[in-house]
Amino acid sequence: MARMKFLCDAERCIECNGCVTACKQENDVPWGVNRRRVVTINDGVPGERSISVACMHCSDAPCMAVCPVDCFYRSEEGVVLHDKDLCIGCGYCFYACPFGAPQFPQQGAFGVRGKMDKCTFCAGGPEPDGSAEEFAKYGRNRLSEGKLPACAEMCSTKALLGGDGDVISEIYRERVTHRGRGSDIWGWATAYGPPNGPAGKAPAPGVVPPVPAQGAKS
Amino acid sequence: MKAGLVLALAAAAAIALAGCGERPQVVTYKQGSYQGKPDKPPYDSAPFNGNRSDWENVIKTRQQKQNEYRRIGG
Repeated sequence: MARMKFLCDAERCIECNGCVTACKQENDVPWGVNRRRVVTINDGVPGERSISVACMHCSDAPCMAVCPVDCFYRSEEGVVLHDKDLCIGCGYCFYACPFGAPQFPQQGAFGVRGKMDKCTFCAGGPEPDGSAEEFAKYGRNRLSEGKLPACAEMCSTKALLGGDGDVISEIYRERVTHRGRGSDIWGWATAYGPPNGPAGKAPAPGVVPPVPAQGAKS
Repeated sequence: MKAGLVLALAAAAAIALAGCGERPQVVTYKQGSYQGKPDKPPYDSAPFNGNRSDWENVIKTRQQKQNEYRRIGG
């Protein structure tokens, strides 16, 4: 089994926030904490693009590097998890994460800033699998039930893919091959614009800028 | 007087040359070692009870359900 990853197809995402709702519901995530959110570029402008963002379970995770109490670990499947009993809620991981994945509840044992909460790839935490303690601290452990994360499985357009990086990038590649375009949407050209165009504008339909195809993000 | 001047020049030279020393400009982060409770693999508990290949097959099947071209035919 290779590394578990998420991949969001910006061509398919319709900004329905179903993934956000599924995550909240499945893991009983407290009010004010969003493990997953949908980001829209050029919102309201024709050609807008949305992607669903959560912890990307980085292969070389900056949150792990900066944690002063070393509460992060990477599971055998490449899922980045943490031990809430050890977390001191310092927020370093929040500053280090390029995706804004670590979330801090506004109430709890530490008063203003509680222990960090983030997407677990529906893999729970270090508590016994499927236990009440695990659910209370980390949410449901779907992976141990042989299921994939709720957000990806609930996605109505299957824009959000979750699973083994090799498998989901192959699914995405097949999709792009069928529709003839799409690899240009996800990445550089969307964020910085085409080489000679205005920055931040999504490329016009049918125009494929010279950007290499991207697979699963780390 | 002369000895003092030599000493002052030597000190100034030492300070000036200290700026020529080369130090690495890129920070290399070291991953810490996990200090928390150990976790078990997802296939360790029920319903798979340690049967890894069974768990992997279930996950593989599940992953392909995200591919419409395979699930309902392209």
